[in-house]
Amino acid sequence: MRHHLILRTVSKLLIGTIVLFALYVQFHGDYSPGGGFQAGVIFAVAFILHGIVFGLATVQRVFPPWLVHKCAALGVLLYAGTGVASMMLGYDYLDYGAFTPDHPSHGQHYGILVVELGVGITVAGVMISVFYAFAGRPPSISDDDW
Amino acid sequence: MPDTWINIFLFTMLAATALAIVGVRHLFAVIMLFGVFSLLSALLFVTLDAVDVAFTEAAVGAGISTVLMLGTVALTSRTERHTARKRQVWALPLVLVTAAALFYGTLDMPGFGGADTPAQRHVAPHYLDQTASEIGIPNVVTAVLASYRGYDTLGETAVIFTAGVGVLLIISGLGIRRRRDEDEDG
Repeated sequence: MRHHLILRTVSKLLIGTIVLFALYVQFHGDYSPGGGFQAGVIFAVAFILHGIVFGLATVQRVFPPWLVHKCAALGVLLYAGTGVASMMLGYDYLDYGAFTPDHPSHGQHYGILVVELGVGITVAGVMISVFYAFAGRPPSISDDDW
Repeated sequence: MPDTWINIFLFTMLAATALAIVGVRHLFAVIMLFGVFSLLSALLFVTLDAVDVAFTEAAVGAGISTVLMLGTVALTSRTERHTARKRQVWALPLVLVTAAALFYGTLDMPGFGGADTPAQRHVAPHYLDQTASEIGIPNVVTAVLASYRGYDTLGETAVIFTAGVGVLLIISGLGIRRRRDEDEDG
């Protein structure tokens, strides 16, 4: 991949911006379109772009597969754990009002942030690990055939 | 009125893209057309004011799916294989009957974008009226997704996780590599 100079330079510029945009979509989902699902996908795209341009080995040094797999599970645990936490406080499962009893809508706000973060982590983890799984197999088409 | 013309234009483009996908045999072009299809759907969602759905469609449909399908093509083949003429005979009547059934089904559906449909009158008014006081965030879609319908979203997240585990088990080749190593050792 040494020959794609423009591609590599533009990707280097873009990857940071994409991650920043993913974080914006993630944590601004309460106010604007977006949320965990979209943010997770955009976050994954940054790593997939890195993997396509710089090679699978490089991106796996940044974000190793074992960590990606753990992230996919961590998000679901974070989401389900929020429900368990609200139950521990004596409220219904996933009733975020439990976190600030004297001001329920604040608790809703925190709960939604945590739950959306869980969704984002799982989606990003699954998307990146699926990409690793596809890209990790030896291709049957050579670069010139495209 | 301009909305109607935009919808007609986008649906025409959508149908044209679908026909092109059927006609083209080169799979790289087909995947790019799939991306175009997704972006056109996203535009349709925008005209319906469903920006959250449009965002998802653009990110997942046009973004990730395209990359994953390119990955699949890289692993398999670049062109579609021709099927025998014999098998194609039944396709047209089958498609026509299915289409007729679908059109018949739409006769019972409420008008496009109608405000008095069951979907708009059941729990939706409650969500729209009470989100500001009960949840306190401006984006009602996020409030419904993460709080009112929190169980559903938990289920969706679990589905994504399960799908990811399934893909890993089937195509990551972890098991194959381990078995091959054992064979070489033995």
